[in-house]
Amino acid sequence: MDNKILFYGYGNPGRQDDALGIRFIDALQIWVEEQGYSNIFFESNYQLNIEDADTISNYDLVYFVDATVEEINSFGIMDVELSNAQVEFTMHAISPGVVLSLCKQIYNKVPVASTIHIRGFEWELEFDKGLTKRAEKNLQDALKYTKKLLEDLQ
Amino acid sequence: MNKKITIEPVTRVEGHGKVTIHLDEQNQVVQSRLHIVEFRGFERFVQGRPYWEAPVLVQRLCGICPVSHHLAAAKALDMIVGAGTGDGLTPTGEKMRRLMHYGQMFQSHVLHFFHLASPDLLFGIDADPALRNVVGVAIKHKELAVQAVMMRKFGQEIIKATAGKKIHGTGAIPGGINKHLTQTEKDSFLNGEDPMNVDKMIDWSLGALEFFKGYHAENKDLIDKFAAFPSNHLSLVRKDGAMDLYHGVIRAVGANGERVLDDVESHTYLDHIDEEVKTWSYMKFPYLKTIGKKDGWYRVGPLARMNTADFIPTPLAQKEFEEFRAYTNGKPNNMSMHQHWARLIEILHSAEMMKQLLNDPDLMSGELTTTGTKGREGVGLLEAPRGTLFHHYRINDNDQIDLANLIVSTTNNNTPMNTAVNLVAKQFMNDQSEITEGMMNAVEVAIRSYDPCLSCATHALGKMPLEIKLIDATNKVIDRKLKNG
Repeated sequence: MDNKILFYGYGNPGRQDDALGIRFIDALQIWVEEQGYSNIFFESNYQLNIEDADTISNYDLVYFVDATVEEINSFGIMDVELSNAQVEFTMHAISPGVVLSLCKQIYNKVPVASTIHIRGFEWELEFDKGLTKRAEKNLQDALKYTKKLLEDLQ
Repeated sequence: MNKKITIEPVTRVEGHGKVTIHLDEQNQVVQSRLHIVEFRGFERFVQGRPYWEAPVLVQRLCGICPVSHHLAAAKALDMIVGAGTGDGLTPTGEKMRRLMHYGQMFQSHVLHFFHLASPDLLFGIDADPALRNVVGVAIKHKELAVQAVMMRKFGQEIIKATAGKKIHGTGAIPGGINKHLTQTEKDSFLNGEDPMNVDKMIDWSLGALEFFKGYHAENKDLIDKFAAFPSNHLSLVRKDGAMDLYHGVIRAVGANGERVLDDVESHTYLDHIDEEVKTWSYMKFPYLKTIGKKDGWYRVGPLARMNTADFIPTPLAQKEFEEFRAYTNGKPNNMSMHQHWARLIEILHSAEMMKQLLNDPDLMSGELTTTGTKGREGVGLLEAPRGTLFHHYRINDNDQIDLANLIVSTTNNNTPMNTAVNLVAKQFMNDQSEITEGMMNAVEVAIRSYDPCLSCATHALGKMPLEIKLIDATNKVIDRKLKNG
């Protein structure tokens, strides 16, 4: 497969299950290196921001990976739609849809983009606790699914 | 029937805030408040932890300005490891930290101006929200959006090179820094392919200033009168009066320029500053003890720094500083919207400082750390993007932190933000029977000019809805709007 794929995890790893996106990237990166896949790349940060429009412009396929409070079973995958930021209210972070829209406007590119949202449960500053058990299970579910997906794509 | 309008949370302000605007029967604004409805209790989280962990741990408080917390904590711990009160580090240790700090200042200010302020300036406060955003800027003013993206990226790369990584950086440690800058990194920042080099960053910083000044010339009423009010101003300054965003003595001036706090050592801050608690907000209200609770509140941040400093020690920013100060005949500038102007001057200053530091050989060699006689208590202050940031720690016999006190920049600006909200509410909402999107945004524009970071919240997908409530005098919700974040 020639397509360049980016997995972009975000969240604050100091806040329990908000680390799901970052932990997903850490684990998947090790596995991808073991498999020898050369077309898959990784990025992590606290949150998405405007400069990520430049980052994703270099890829054909982008997966944004984040924790979610949605009441889903374990994890979900959704296509990212272009967004004009109308409903943004946090001043220092933007959504995958806005990143995609900026990429389109600035670089005239729209990579195929999806979100992998993994359900979390606790979000407080608990230095020694890490992920909750339920979030850890959801993380493993998402990783298992994604590894199978990548094997099929290769 | 009295009405209370609640805007909750404040759009495009980090974390959760709530604005309530009370109207009387004649639709006159009688009271407005910015409530902070979340309480994190940051200080207790680090108690019991080994002190050397603090510079990394405190970054968990905030995904927006982790570098500022990282450096302020490291500065406080410098005192504990006997590395002095800000002037005892090795040249390499101090200069690497400064480079990290100016990279942070640069990228943070760029985000605020281009992402948050410029849509309001380019399209108008009451413009269609569908256009008044960063994507709208990209559609209508592509060159500005390109600059914003690449300037942010440059600042982020500086942070990565000095802090070691983007998330939970480890660069600053008690007594110094843990790495040098490599030749490759230096070359990349100084001579990188266009536009990713520091000279282009300086050019674009000048361009952004020209853009603002052009806008100001055509919109003097808005920029000069919107949420303008007299106040004290506080910041660190270098001992010779120069602007210094990394270290200095505390100086405060009154609304007319009189010196109300005269260059006191930063570790003595408790002798001069106290915090008042009010029942309707979890955020405290700092004030200068010598003046008292009622009138001792002060502004911090870019505008305050322009008012306290005698000069800026880089040539291009100094030229802009002189023009800024001349606009008010050398008197303190009390116009809230001029914070954008001040912020742009600091972007330019930060770019110049980055260039100066990148050309300094101390970054690539020399001792990284220093130590001395160990102490029990440490105080670290710096000028974060949003204003003066205070970190204060005390340790016990087991090297565990047993006291922590943090006064973050936004807390320092608590009373000024409330004052701005009240002024704008009266200006825009008196005699109005309906509250329009533009009026609500006017209130938010006043708050945004302070670039507040209210609670350092998590960013889980779907976690932050925007809720707007309309409540009558009996506390009945008569209207409610919800937008999903």
